[in-house]
Amino acid sequence: MASVTAMQSPHAAPDPAKDNIVEVRDITKFYGTDIHALDSINLAFPTSQMTTLLGPSGCGKTTLLKIIAGLLEPTAGEVFVKGKPVTGPGPERAFVFQDFALLPWATVLRNVAFGLELTHQPKAEREEKARQYIDKVGLGGFEDKYPHELSGGMRQRVGLARALAVNADVLLMDEPFSAVDEQTRRKFQEDLLHLLSVEKKSVIFVTHSIEEAVYVSDQIVLLSPRPGRIHSTIRPEISRDASPDDIRRDKAYLDTVEEIWNNLRKYLD
Amino acid sequence: MVLFGHRIPPAYSLLIWIGLWELAGRLELAFILPPFSSVIAELWVLAQRADFHAAALQTLQSFFIGMVIAIIGGVAIGFAMGRSRVANSILGMWVNIFASAPLSSLVPVLMLLFGLGQTTIIVTVVLFAIWIIALDTYAGVRHISPSLSEMGQSFGASRWQLLTKVLFWAALPEILAGIRMGLIRAVKGIVIGQLLVSVVALGRLFRTFSDNFQFEEFWALTLILFVFALAFSSMIGWLEHKVEYYAGSRI
Amino acid sequence: MSTTASSAPAAVEGPESGRAFLGLGSVFVYRLLSVIGLFTIWEIAGLIPISVAFPTFSDTMQALWEMTADGRMTDAYGETLKPLAVGVSISAVFGVAIGVGMGLNRLFQWTWEPIFVVLQASPVAALIPLITYAYGIGLTAKTVAVMILAAPIIVLNTYKAVRNASPTLIQMCRSFQGTRLQEIWKVIIPNAAPVIFAGLRLGVAAGFIGVILAELLITPTGIGDLISYHRSVAEYAHMYAAVFSIIVFSAVMVGLLEKVETNYFRPEKKKGH
Repeated sequence: MASVTAMQSPHAAPDPAKDNIVEVRDITKFYGTDIHALDSINLAFPTSQMTTLLGPSGCGKTTLLKIIAGLLEPTAGEVFVKGKPVTGPGPERAFVFQDFALLPWATVLRNVAFGLELTHQPKAEREEKARQYIDKVGLGGFEDKYPHELSGGMRQRVGLARALAVNADVLLMDEPFSAVDEQTRRKFQEDLLHLLSVEKKSVIFVTHSIEEAVYVSDQIVLLSPRPGRIHSTIRPEISRDASPDDIRRDKAYLDTVEEIWNNLRKYLD
Repeated sequence: MVLFGHRIPPAYSLLIWIGLWELAGRLELAFILPPFSSVIAELWVLAQRADFHAAALQTLQSFFIGMVIAIIGGVAIGFAMGRSRVANSILGMWVNIFASAPLSSLVPVLMLLFGLGQTTIIVTVVLFAIWIIALDTYAGVRHISPSLSEMGQSFGASRWQLLTKVLFWAALPEILAGIRMGLIRAVKGIVIGQLLVSVVALGRLFRTFSDNFQFEEFWALTLILFVFALAFSSMIGWLEHKVEYYAGSRI
Repeated sequence: MSTTASSAPAAVEGPESGRAFLGLGSVFVYRLLSVIGLFTIWEIAGLIPISVAFPTFSDTMQALWEMTADGRMTDAYGETLKPLAVGVSISAVFGVAIGVGMGLNRLFQWTWEPIFVVLQASPVAALIPLITYAYGIGLTAKTVAVMILAAPIIVLNTYKAVRNASPTLIQMCRSFQGTRLQEIWKVIIPNAAPVIFAGLRLGVAAGFIGVILAELLITPTGIGDLISYHRSVAEYAHMYAAVFSIIVFSAVMVGLLEKVETNYFRPEKKKGH
């Protein structure tokens, strides 16, 4: 079963600075004058856990993620990463893009090493590190291919390896699987969970797929649309030890999916 | 077209047109149109003349100097317009006006200001080529997927890194298309400029040939210019083709 | 929650709406400033003067007013627009016909495409001196000069437009048992219309270059005459006024055609800008 709480989770730690790697305080965002994207969002993201921002389109989940990334400025409010306020992008956060955002003119190797190239790491060193992560995401042997020679799923693996290679504490993933076909997506989700259990990253994950959110998350934040507000926070209590197929047949998994659907369906008309 | 099971590329149809030209010349349908074969024969003679060498060299020189200025200036203007709304509001209107303006009317002014020499020709080349390069570069910059520059930013790229490592390359297909169009316009510009100045380089040859009814020479010179224009634009076209793979793969 | 929600917009609306208001107006303001700036520089450069052949902006405008008032300008435009209108019209009729033919028929395309590609990419202006021998120095020669510059771009744009007509729409038409003629008239040509029109606009721009070149090169008439006459008698302000007016005139013409294009053929583009 999942524990559902409005706003504040009982699992939230007493000393947020220590256990929450990212904190969002009173974030409000307007686009222009009349588009109210986010309305006083308060959230805490626990260290080494996967938190999903879930909601229908127009709920501002990607906007919130980009504010955390420092790519967008909030109209009001602040974001803290490891206790420090965010003023722009920083090395402790790495972004995985919905449309991959790979350099089409660069090989897989250069793409993965690109974050390190920007911080002026020596070529040999950064390529060494890039190769390591290319192997980890299962793209060994594709180092010299170009993005257009890869399938959608493989391209996003490049995007993931690039984010892992800069060794950030927080991975920000913006609907990373939405441009990937269903079969590839499932395999990718499993691989991602496996990879994260090794790498110990804190992940903030945006998706509009309920199943995906329940399958991958430690904590799910439901957002309601226009303006984006926090509807509730859910912690699916699913054993991660079971095999992927067992999890997808697990009663707790199916119940949580159902419950979220019942919460969100009223926003669809 | 398919003939006896062989696919014949369209370029071969030019042979038919050349055949018609030869026929019209032989039948003396128009006195300004000598047969193609005698034009080619004259081309061979012309290619060995010292005055042609001097004119061609001077023309090429003005052409290259003008093109380099136009490319650097055009790409810079295009990037400024694509990245800054202020620059776009200030420059956009002028670039659009001059891209389609009858620049041939400006050549007499240039002749007054820069004299009847090479400077006027160079300025003409720049004026003909720079605007389309700026417009295409602008289109290329506006085409760049926002997530690509967000990606650069999120991995900590400086403004300069973003420009040189991401944006320039992302806009390259359009920049090359602009350079190709600019090149075609520059060849037209250099011809228009030299025809109007008419005392320098190829302009003087054109004037001499047409004044002395030397139509074979005239056509030979025209053919050389045509081939030159086509060769240059297909060279850039080949470069464009090399980066085509990623123009299509951008989102 | 609800109180913060209602107070938040009030707090941010002021500055945001102010920015949007300025943002909308600013394009016009910047353009105006750039126009004023350019004319000021022109005026100053003329006052120095950077060259004896560089009149000030105010002198140029005065000359423009003088020539407009005594009717010389109107006469000149009448002369210049004649070959332009005739040449562009002939090029439009035949160019669109040839372009459509190329788009619909393989053999037609095989025969005509290369020659127009060559004409488009080459400096055909070089042929203008020859035209004088063939067609004399009158209206015909100038019309032909306009045509050789305007026709290739019209043909090639029409061809591309027809060739790239939406295959889905064509299949739709076929699936509803449309005849080939219906397919062409009801689907392909309407579908290609915006690009064909854009080609006509480019043709007009090329025609302007051609007509001025012809007037400067063949025999001085119209605007070309105003330019070369005032140059020869060293009335530079009048010469600059003629150049200025033809550039403004063609910019307005091409701009109007662009407006027509957006309004009638590309309504989807209207909102974006």
